[in-house]
Amino acid sequence: MRNAFAAELLELASADPRVVMLSGDIGNRLFDEYKSRYAERFFNCGVAEANMMGMSAGMAMCGLRPVVYTIVPFVTTRCLEQIRVDVCYHHVPVIIVGVGGGLCYAELGATHHSCEDIAFLRTLPGMAVVCPADAWEVRLALRAAMQHDGPVYIRLGKKGEPAVHTSEPKFTIGRAITLREGHNVTLISTGIMLPTTLEAADILEQSGVSTRVINMHTVKPLDESFLAEVFAQSTVVATIEEHSVIGGLGGAVAEWLSDREPLNGCMLRIGTSDTFLHEAGDQAHARRQFDLTAESIARRVGAFYNIIV
Amino acid sequence: MNKTTIDISHDLAALARRIRGHVVRMSHDAGAAHLASSLSCIDILVALYWRFLRIEPTGADDPNRDRFIFSKGHASAALYATLAERGFFPVEQLASYGQDGSQLAEQMSPRCVPGIEAATGSLGHGLPIGVGMALSSRIQQRDYRVWVLLSDGECNEGTVWEAAMFATAHSLDNLAVIVDYNHWQATGRSDEIMALSPLRAKWEAFGFAACEVDGHDFSALNAVMRTAVESRGKPTAIIANTVKGKGVSFMEDDNNWHYRSPNDDELRAALEELGQL
Repeated sequence: MRNAFAAELLELASADPRVVMLSGDIGNRLFDEYKSRYAERFFNCGVAEANMMGMSAGMAMCGLRPVVYTIVPFVTTRCLEQIRVDVCYHHVPVIIVGVGGGLCYAELGATHHSCEDIAFLRTLPGMAVVCPADAWEVRLALRAAMQHDGPVYIRLGKKGEPAVHTSEPKFTIGRAITLREGHNVTLISTGIMLPTTLEAADILEQSGVSTRVINMHTVKPLDESFLAEVFAQSTVVATIEEHSVIGGLGGAVAEWLSDREPLNGCMLRIGTSDTFLHEAGDQAHARRQFDLTAESIARRVGAFYNIIV
Repeated sequence: MNKTTIDISHDLAALARRIRGHVVRMSHDAGAAHLASSLSCIDILVALYWRFLRIEPTGADDPNRDRFIFSKGHASAALYATLAERGFFPVEQLASYGQDGSQLAEQMSPRCVPGIEAATGSLGHGLPIGVGMALSSRIQQRDYRVWVLLSDGECNEGTVWEAAMFATAHSLDNLAVIVDYNHWQATGRSDEIMALSPLRAKWEAFGFAACEVDGHDFSALNAVMRTAVESRGKPTAIIANTVKGKGVSFMEDDNNWHYRSPNDDELRAALEELGQL
């Protein structure tokens, strides 16, 4: 995903002289091509993310289109007040790109995990929150963010994620994408959980549960009309994310649902639980600790479905 | 030469007294805090707006204008009164300060009136924004300069020093920082709560061309601001020694006026002393 980001950024920078890249001392070699062509629009801002975010707001106020990039916790919660006051309060078009969403940096410990960032950023007025599912969507999300009137947070995985789309999908901020149809259960995934979600749907189908899969790449603004249709149609609607069940996609959908007249579908939130991980392990291991495997997801959704019907 | 300087100072002093009069009245009418913090920086504002900033009320959105970031947002009353006197909006509008539904909140919101570049109030935000603007001036190949006014208490914030290191790394000589060094912060002496002193040496150590000045002496301010404009290769830091509550004898260097607003008698006495009755 980060390679797709760097490639798309290069294209956008060549097309638009307002594009400026700010990096928090990461991305070794990733931006070499960009730096060789647009050195005057690349800044390594050091390990000083709050200053980097404030600077980006100042640049956007002057008419530039800054893209601010580092590892998710450092480009979100570390500088949350700068995002809130400098970027959102002034409603300037800063694009915040976090690499390593969720448990991508599982090996580096909980300081580098990010299972709260969606919750924090989506409470900020005017902030759009976009979690692309594969390299295609990364490029399209960045392109769309550049056209967006206001700040956008793009939450990336890391590298080597499987492609979900075989060709360029139609991508609009705030519009969900249907990956497969089904009528008993709907799985709504955001970001890098999509391949696992599709596997979980396969397992459910094999056990006779017809399963629809939705890619809700935009957590804010929510695709509300689409949600209304999904909850009207399905018996069970499960949200699936590599993020806490508190405040992420599941939280956003639950908030939306609680203000509606009763709908057909019952909701289940699947994500990380309200705890830090303290042991070593890679992303697959960390996902197992939080029951975020295709098998666990299928088992939990299937059991919930059987209770309802 | 000397005569010119004296004449300029005379005009500026009269302006500053008028602006102080507005600010005292605004604090009284709104019951608003931070009066003393506003009074300490008014001479600096007058020197900037009448001598150095290339910003005109008719060109408040001109992309080539100089940018002034008033980072000590708690003292917004001083900026409002200065902008009004400078013609950015009607002086009469100052009466709405702090009133329900007014554009003039106790701490400014973005573009609430023409001339407000950035909403501040949470300290430590103005310098990073200003550094971003100074860098933008270079990227856009324009020649606007950026001035940022900080409070001394604000220098407690780590982001001030993050921004300072970045500005020096990129030789942002189109950036000037002014610290309103009134030697108080909200609840105590700014040299005691944190080890602020030696403040000039700190800015020098961070790579700035730093100087110290009497922040109420227009001739001296004129000289150091001129130096900032002419600086090459380094950003400038002006440590302006000021008196909190300046201009009203019974408020000067009395930190109770960080939070207090004047009652009717105190308002009258203050306006009389400022020659604004």
